[in-house]
Amino acid sequence: MKDTDIKRLFYAHLFCVFSIILTTFTPSLFLEDFSVLETHLTWMCICSVCVTIVNVVLYLLIKPNPSSKRSSISHKISRLLKSCVYFFISCLLYHAIIVLYGAPLIELMLETFLFAVLLSTFTTLPCLCLLGPNIKAWLRVFTKNGATSIWDNSLQITTLSSVVGAWLGAFPIPLDWERPWQVWPISCTLGATFGYVAGLLISPVWIYRNRKQLTYKSR
Amino acid sequence: MSSENLSNMSVFLISRMLKALVLFFLAWVCFLFYAGIALFTSGFLLTRLELTNHSSCQELPGKGPLVGGGRGEPGACWTAPRFSRAVIVLIDALRFDFVQPWPGGLPAQYPYLGKLGSIQHLLETKPQHARLYRFLADPPTTTMQRLKALTTGSLPTFIDAGSNFASYAIQEDNLIAQLNNTGKRVVFMGDDTWKGLFPEAFSQAFFFPSFNVKDLHTVDSGILEHLYPTNHCGHKHGPHHPEMAKKLNQMDQVLQTLVERLENDTLLVVAGDHGMTETGDHGGDSKPEVMAALFLYSSLPLFPRAPPEDPEVVPQVNLVPTLALLLGLPIPFGNIGEVIVDLFSGEVDTQPLATALAQASAYHLNAQQVSRFLHAYSLAAQDLPPEELQRLQDLFSSASSEYKRLLDQLKTEEVREADVQALISQLRLFLQGARTACTETWARFRPARMIGGTVLLAFTCLLCLVTSGLTSSPDFPFLGLLLKSVAWGLVGAALLAGGLIVGRTGLDPALLCSGGAATSLVAFLWALKWRGKPPMAIFLPGPLPILVLLFLRFAALFSDSFVLAEARAAPFLLCSLSLFVVAQLHWEGRLLVGGPTASCLSSPTASVARREGPRALGLLVGLLLCVRLSSLFHRCPEETPVCQSSPWLAPLSSVGGGQAKNLWYGACLGALGVLVLSVRFWLRRCGNLNSSAPSILFVRWGLPLMALGTAAHWALASGSDEAPPRLQALVSGAVIGLPRVVLGLAAIGLGLLLWQPVTVLVKTGASSPNPIVVPFVGPPASQADLNYVVPQIYRRMQEALRGKLAGGGGQTPLALAAYGLGSVYSAAVVTTLALLVFPLLLLHTERIILAFLILFLQSFLLLQLLAAAVGTPAGSPGPFSVPWLAISAWALTATQTFYSTGHQPVFPAIHWNAAFVGFPEGHDSSPVLPALLVGANTFASHLLFSVGCPLLLLWPFVCEGHSSTKKKKSLTSGTEEEGEKEEPLMEMRLRDAPHHFNAALLQLGLKYLFILGVQVLACVLAASILRRHLMVWKVFAPKFIFEAVGFVVSSVALLLGVALVMWVDRAVGSWFKQLILSQER
Repeated sequence: MKDTDIKRLFYAHLFCVFSIILTTFTPSLFLEDFSVLETHLTWMCICSVCVTIVNVVLYLLIKPNPSSKRSSISHKISRLLKSCVYFFISCLLYHAIIVLYGAPLIELMLETFLFAVLLSTFTTLPCLCLLGPNIKAWLRVFTKNGATSIWDNSLQITTLSSVVGAWLGAFPIPLDWERPWQVWPISCTLGATFGYVAGLLISPVWIYRNRKQLTYKSR
Repeated sequence: MSSENLSNMSVFLISRMLKALVLFFLAWVCFLFYAGIALFTSGFLLTRLELTNHSSCQELPGKGPLVGGGRGEPGACWTAPRFSRAVIVLIDALRFDFVQPWPGGLPAQYPYLGKLGSIQHLLETKPQHARLYRFLADPPTTTMQRLKALTTGSLPTFIDAGSNFASYAIQEDNLIAQLNNTGKRVVFMGDDTWKGLFPEAFSQAFFFPSFNVKDLHTVDSGILEHLYPTNHCGHKHGPHHPEMAKKLNQMDQVLQTLVERLENDTLLVVAGDHGMTETGDHGGDSKPEVMAALFLYSSLPLFPRAPPEDPEVVPQVNLVPTLALLLGLPIPFGNIGEVIVDLFSGEVDTQPLATALAQASAYHLNAQQVSRFLHAYSLAAQDLPPEELQRLQDLFSSASSEYKRLLDQLKTEEVREADVQALISQLRLFLQGARTACTETWARFRPARMIGGTVLLAFTCLLCLVTSGLTSSPDFPFLGLLLKSVAWGLVGAALLAGGLIVGRTGLDPALLCSGGAATSLVAFLWALKWRGKPPMAIFLPGPLPILVLLFLRFAALFSDSFVLAEARAAPFLLCSLSLFVVAQLHWEGRLLVGGPTASCLSSPTASVARREGPRALGLLVGLLLCVRLSSLFHRCPEETPVCQSSPWLAPLSSVGGGQAKNLWYGACLGALGVLVLSVRFWLRRCGNLNSSAPSILFVRWGLPLMALGTAAHWALASGSDEAPPRLQALVSGAVIGLPRVVLGLAAIGLGLLLWQPVTVLVKTGASSPNPIVVPFVGPPASQADLNYVVPQIYRRMQEALRGKLAGGGGQTPLALAAYGLGSVYSAAVVTTLALLVFPLLLLHTERIILAFLILFLQSFLLLQLLAAAVGTPAGSPGPFSVPWLAISAWALTATQTFYSTGHQPVFPAIHWNAAFVGFPEGHDSSPVLPALLVGANTFASHLLFSVGCPLLLLWPFVCEGHSSTKKKKSLTSGTEEEGEKEEPLMEMRLRDAPHHFNAALLQLGLKYLFILGVQVLACVLAASILRRHLMVWKVFAPKFIFEAVGFVVSSVALLLGVALVMWVDRAVGSWFKQLILSQER
């Protein structure tokens, strides 16, 4: 049971990684002058949309958590709407936090906001998919003994690594190397993306190696 | 009775001994740090004294007749001018091989070779008109220092101790000043670095990079051109880039045009101020950096002989006396260069003897001037070795008398040329010896001292780290070890002094101190080693995130970009740290209900925990907002052109428009009011404001008075121009008086606080329905009894206080009520900070008050957050300790404050105006007072945060009181258990365990010193490893100086803060004794 779960997790994550790699190469076939660094905003949009689609599709295919008992259409729609609202709020929150961390307030607002959207895609969206629009469950998952399945564990790892990646991405900005990727927010988005990819790859491995220690209480 | 007193005495004696020990230990560690810093500084920071003497045209540098056509009047001062004009083209970073002739047919190996064809052409076709030299620059090869050397003829070091730090303007005697003095016109074109160096010196100046040569014939004296393209290109691409060749070609065309338009009485000098490395950098002393090119040309023949095959090497300073004598100017006073002798050979066809005599007279003038300078310098400063000076003086006087003899002989008979040549070589020997002596003293690092200082600092950091881990172990013999190592240190210093006296080298205080420090440090570490291997965990300052943070702070000081960006990096790290604290709280389940930890608690505590979550989040958001807002007051480093300094750093008087000014003034007043009121509010909340202690009275009445004084001073200072003329005298008097009054008030307040630091209000109730738990019948019988009684008293007091606060009037009256006993220490510290902040505010510009307010709020929020993170220490009798997390956050906040009060770690960014607060007319000769004022302005954040450092230890205890108040309030409607519940002891917990209290203070001090010391260590390492770096004199060295001075200020303030807490503790002790005695009666 557990091993098959880990396998499913692993393949799902591989699929995600693959989709992110695709977003860097395929758009240049359709769009002229596309490159990740020069048309960074386009890439950010494409990447977020792509990761969103992949996450939702994977969630629908795999259904890691057994669906709740009530599954009327109206309930589903309300959940969907709620999720959208939550996602938007999370984007705003991320934007606020990034500005508080020192990003310019007025200039480059679009860039900052898209960065917030990208971070939300990497962190909030998987939470929405796996846990639903349920803040309590989110808060529970991110505590020491809060994970109840390997999906929760992978959520912890990917979220943490995306955020840490974005944080580390801020470090090259002051350096005087004058590279195109040092411009705000490119290094941070790249950091977040690398962090997310690393988290996707690390989490199945980590879970596999610690599978003996991981015992989950039922809720 | 007497035995009891004795036992009491012994208790106090032990605790006081411990206190003295803590202070002594901290002072000893500080001394170790200072010694390390001093040793490093003496090896790294080359200093020189700037003399302001000027050579004058009328007065010869020494005795002797005027020879060679000098008339002692403008136009022909010491010698007759050979040229009436000079065109000096200074090309930045013109390395020698850029100019080196390149045989035409050969393909150039590098793009830069053989591009200056016009120079090559002149050298080949007119060998007697043109000459190329290797121009040897002295390190540091930074442009500013080179420009100084090229005009003053001296060896500028990084810090030329002069009268004026505020501007870069050259104070020493220099060529430009001499040109101006003798009434010549100086026209300048080029970079505006020169404007800073020579303000008002040019009759015409064109500060732009490109230029047009068509105007040249209108100029009648000297022209200076400073061309930058090669340097900019070099910095960007390095010399091997094809772009370099293009730039050199452009230069060539410029020179070509110049040469064509040159008139007969004009000398053309083309010089590079320094070279560049293969990567295009400069600043150090590697060969490609110091080897620049010098090219001289005149339309008239200059040189009697053809040039040698290999161009000669000419030290850079030699250009100054040469140009001075050629133009008929006096040689600048501080010059140590020697004349380029080829240019003083007279006309082309003269006799060898006449040539030699002309050269000898030029050399003699030069030697006289250098000798005069050496004499004047050795009177003003002692850093040149006296034996060497004596030897040089002897050499000079013998050469001088020989010269006089030859002159006398010349009047009557023939002089042999060989004699003149011998004299010339003697004079040259003197000049070169003088230059070598100066170079040795002013332009050489001393690597041994630098390494020694670094090692000393590193081991002191290690010592701090290890001992801070050991303070909690009760059986560690601090006193014995300390005494032993201090004794060893004294022995070591004495031995070193003996050795130095025997070795006849001067007693260098830096060397002596560091010798003593090193011996005592080794003795201490040796003793530690013998006590057995400490656990590995002791060597790690805190958990992983703190290690990462410390590493980042450490590593960032090695990159010039990060040093420049520290103003942004420190808030970033602070935000990360506080976010991490909250995230960790959540991860551990301490923020929320429903988590596994919280669920096992009883319901009332859970309800507290439920409130804890939003509270911590609120604190976090507030903290982040404060950090972000405080960055509005940043000043930009000069190196980042995009960045805009905050306009709010300017004084209010510069704000145009009455409306805006009034609004800002109102905002500043509001901030002042909020500051005063918040201090009062906090004291009231802790119950300390009820006390009738004089210091509290001062807080009630003195603080508003100080605020009023500050506000009045601001009003007058910002609007003094608008005052009606009748009131002008009054206004100027007030501008002088008000700051002094505020300072005096602050001093009075501090004095009162030190006199009676116990800010507790005691009320004795008449009767009590509840029997007092311990009836005080008779004096305490034994030590154990006393120990038992004392806590009981303040438990009662606390109860009474709580009863008053929670229930209001009508509660059961109790026997004793002491208001504010639980926060007596922190009340003293907070009062001190409030008293300190007003004089510091006056030293800043008006609107910085907003930054100070934000920072006060921010540190309050940070303390609250940290206290929440540490958790209330309820019930723990000790040992107490402040986590590394809290201390790193505190140090980071101090750094952030430094920047957000408008400072930058570079000299031009220092707020020099602070020296004139209260002294608008300037100061007398003594530099101590202005230095103190400016220092207090610059290091205000270091001062405040270090004095406030003990708050880190005290705050969790203060918070314990507040959280239990809340708990109580939620329970008042409930049961009667209330009375039996454990009362919050707050800071009296610390008093309950004096040993642990002192140990915790020691540990706090050591940890804070460690964090600061590691930063200094990083600066030291960066400065010494990167001493060849381009930015070393611009970024790393100033950063090191600021960090080192900041460390000294911080450590002294830390000692004062710790001493203050101990003083309060002592006073509380005697207060208790009095209380018990009064109870006995």
